[in-house]
Amino acid sequence: MTNEIILMNGYGIYVWSAFSFTLISFVTLYFVTKLQLSKEQKRFVAKFGSLNLEKARAARSQNINREILLNTSKI
Amino acid sequence: MFKHFEPNKIFAVTSRAPKYILFLFIVVLTIGLTEALILSPEDYKQSEAVRIMYVHVPAAWISLGTFSSLALLSVGSFVFKNKNFALIAKSLAPAGFIFNIIALVTGSIWGKPTWGTWWAWDARITSMLILALFYGMYLVAWRIYEDKEQVIKITSMIAILGVINVPIIKYSVDWWNTLHQPPSISILSNSSIHVSMLIPLGIMTAAFALFSLLIFLMKYNTELIKIKNKGLDRL
Repeated sequence: MTNEIILMNGYGIYVWSAFSFTLISFVTLYFVTKLQLSKEQKRFVAKFGSLNLEKARAARSQNINREILLNTSKI
Repeated sequence: MFKHFEPNKIFAVTSRAPKYILFLFIVVLTIGLTEALILSPEDYKQSEAVRIMYVHVPAAWISLGTFSSLALLSVGSFVFKNKNFALIAKSLAPAGFIFNIIALVTGSIWGKPTWGTWWAWDARITSMLILALFYGMYLVAWRIYEDKEQVIKITSMIAILGVINVPIIKYSVDWWNTLHQPPSISILSNSSIHVSMLIPLGIMTAAFALFSLLIFLMKYNTELIKIKNKGLDRL
């Protein structure tokens, strides 16, 4: 049974390489995208931390900024 | 109507959705892979090589659908002067490009056991390659142009010009003599593919669509945070 799945009547090399290429592409794209996202989140937190109290309060008044900070604290 | 979909209003959803979509994607992909690699039958002509169809066909469908969406959003950004359309299109492009590459590579791998060659300048393969070039130009344009107005115009032009190629890809097997077989699946008439193969194909398409949505949301969130980072600089 296992041999049948691996060898696939001699087509195993083609089938497994097609599926492997697809899955490797998925994993690579996912981690590259995740890395870009967390880089921007970290940059946001660093910039936010450097604001003075008044500017930080103004920035915090926007929902989206609060959401970014909320999500970043979870990563 | 577009006010309800402004980035500020939907970020609460787009920032939380990826983790649920990732979970759903893993579940659907696991079922799809089991069906595609183990449970589905072999083809009477192509034998086990037919299993490549379960990654090749959904990848091609998603890449075509994504490019059509890019063009539609580009027209939308011209007509409604809405920059969010351009932002959505920009976030959709990377996944569409990867699916295009997957379709080309898995098609090439499939070609060797079935046609005896890795590559042929056949109408469908060539038009898919042209689509990959349009995706490439679209993504490169976003990287090289600094001026926002200019980059939106240029990328929109690329998407609108490139979408002409989409019906050419779709009908290439009817218009020209190609190595590709005529379509086996049709929405308007009966499909010639057996249900035992149609089910895994449907599940794998759903998994690929979920992955595309996941990458889109992550890219869209990245773009929004980038804009907000610039906003903090201006405070």
